[in-house]
Amino acid sequence: MRFVFKTDYEDDIRLFPHSGYVYSYGVLLALLLLAPFVLSSYIMSQLVFVCIYATVGVGLLILTGFTGQASLGHAAFLAIGAYTAAYLQQYNVPFPVYFLAAGLLTGVIGALVGFPALRLQGIYLVIATISFAFIVEEILARWESVTNGNEGMRVKTLQLLGTPVSRDSPAFYFLCLGVLILTIVGTLNLLRSPTGRAFVAIRDSETAARSMGINVSLYKVKSFAISAGITGLAGCLFAHKLSFISPEMFTLQLSIEFIIVILIGGTFSLHGAVLGAIFLVMIDPFLTYLKDDLPIIISGVAAALGAGADTAANIRSHVAAFASANGLKGAIYGVIIVLFVLFEPLGLYGRWLKIKLFFQLFPLYKRATFKRQKIYVKSERNR
Amino acid sequence: MSYFRAENLSLHFGGLKAVDAVSFAVEKGEILSIIGPNGAGKSSIFNLVSRIYPPTSGRIFFEDQDITQQPAYDIARLGIARTFQNIELFENATVLSNLLVGRHRHSTTQLWQELLFLPPVRASEKMHRRRVEQVIEFLDLEPYRDKLISGLPYGVRKVIELARALCSEPKLILLDEPSSGLNVEETDDMSFWIRDMKTELGITVLMVEHDMTLVNRVSDRVIALNYGKVLAMGTPAEVQRHPDVVAAYLGA
Repeated sequence: MRFVFKTDYEDDIRLFPHSGYVYSYGVLLALLLLAPFVLSSYIMSQLVFVCIYATVGVGLLILTGFTGQASLGHAAFLAIGAYTAAYLQQYNVPFPVYFLAAGLLTGVIGALVGFPALRLQGIYLVIATISFAFIVEEILARWESVTNGNEGMRVKTLQLLGTPVSRDSPAFYFLCLGVLILTIVGTLNLLRSPTGRAFVAIRDSETAARSMGINVSLYKVKSFAISAGITGLAGCLFAHKLSFISPEMFTLQLSIEFIIVILIGGTFSLHGAVLGAIFLVMIDPFLTYLKDDLPIIISGVAAALGAGADTAANIRSHVAAFASANGLKGAIYGVIIVLFVLFEPLGLYGRWLKIKLFFQLFPLYKRATFKRQKIYVKSERNR
Repeated sequence: MSYFRAENLSLHFGGLKAVDAVSFAVEKGEILSIIGPNGAGKSSIFNLVSRIYPPTSGRIFFEDQDITQQPAYDIARLGIARTFQNIELFENATVLSNLLVGRHRHSTTQLWQELLFLPPVRASEKMHRRRVEQVIEFLDLEPYRDKLISGLPYGVRKVIELARALCSEPKLILLDEPSSGLNVEETDDMSFWIRDMKTELGITVLMVEHDMTLVNRVSDRVIALNYGKVLAMGTPAEVQRHPDVVAAYLGA
């Protein structure tokens, strides 16, 4: 066990509480920088998606995890960022400008969504954000002069400082990784400043926050704007990665995927966004595996157990039909969410902390350490 | 002119008159207690003063400024802090960050500075941290700095709520039943702290309290309420002897 002796107020402020953090994150960064030279292009492509999803996850965490305002409209923010980038790119606007413009415009729209959201709590806010997402989806499909309607928009190769950066190149991966790291550092800075503490205060008790001098409405709008802005930046990268965007990519399912990212990763720490993004991006190869290999394996097992050739073929076609059924992905998402909410509400990062503590305290770990307390009295009077 | 003044303050919920034309004044540097049976309107007065409820009628003055229409978050900025009867702490945050939220009214940094954590932000964070440490020392909270609120016992939470209010360096502090749920020793500590707040920190105290020993020990003046109306006002001894107060409590 390590004991951190604090001798300066700086010890409470610094990002890395002790040298162990510096080493482990240093090693992680080195591995991530070496990755493109070692890993296959398929895995690199998945890593780029992890970076983009994690960036959105960080944005969503600011709003949902730290300010306590649920949102199922983040696919719309991503779409606004993506379309802003694609639209401005047509007029030969340089990348840094339309990248920032995507973030800024999405942030402003996020703030506008935040205003009506001030009067809504919990499930009603979720419904409002879903409606917003549907409105955006519809506008993207109908406003053909700008968005090219349902035909979608082609996104040209990214030009950075005069050199083209292909969407599969290591340079693009470094760009996405850099954006993710800067987002995380900026968010951490925010969380250790008055604004971040105000967000957390609003999440835990709006009444108390108000009587401590926090302008709750202003900070909720700020939270919406920052969250949307970060998602807009990710949207710009997303558009480049896909090289083609159309309205049906930014559906409710994508918003739910973002919720899965933070729910499965853990809503109380930024680690959650990254872990959740890794988990989510891994589901797709897993589904492909289900589709391709599972029927063969199961029918093989059945044949080995003595089933006839006809029965085995029958089993195989049934399993194949099941594995490629429509909506299987959604069903799996649903099951995963339910299982996590029931058995690991702290998410993957919570599980990681438990494992870490188990080894730190080795023979002394108690299961009750992380046991959730039941709150018997929760005053709702002063909302 | 009084330091803090409520004039004909009323709060009606339909036909129920929770607070009915109550007028009182608090002088600078005094400890004024509001007592009364359950449902007398004590906490409602607090919620009116901290602008959580808008009053049906009446006006509130603080330092000769009409604060009846000020938004709730401005009340803290003027120098009025409060605690809650049923503890409203930020459950999933550490004690330290709870107390730092108390410093919110003194924060001056801009959002873009905070995103980059520029030197002014760092400096002001250290300043806030130093002030918070003074309060931690004042209320003996040293063992709890990095603990999460959700894991702390009730008595400690009560003190942390007081600490959070003190961190905002208030001129007037509203304490809503500071001793409820505390044992005898903790109540003793609380009464010393309330006295010290007045004598050492120069804070004016307005408090709602049921524990008459605590009221007698710390109050300069007492107001007795029943059914939203003032029954009696004066020193603790005077109020307790007042026939209406005796009637309200004993039903005589």
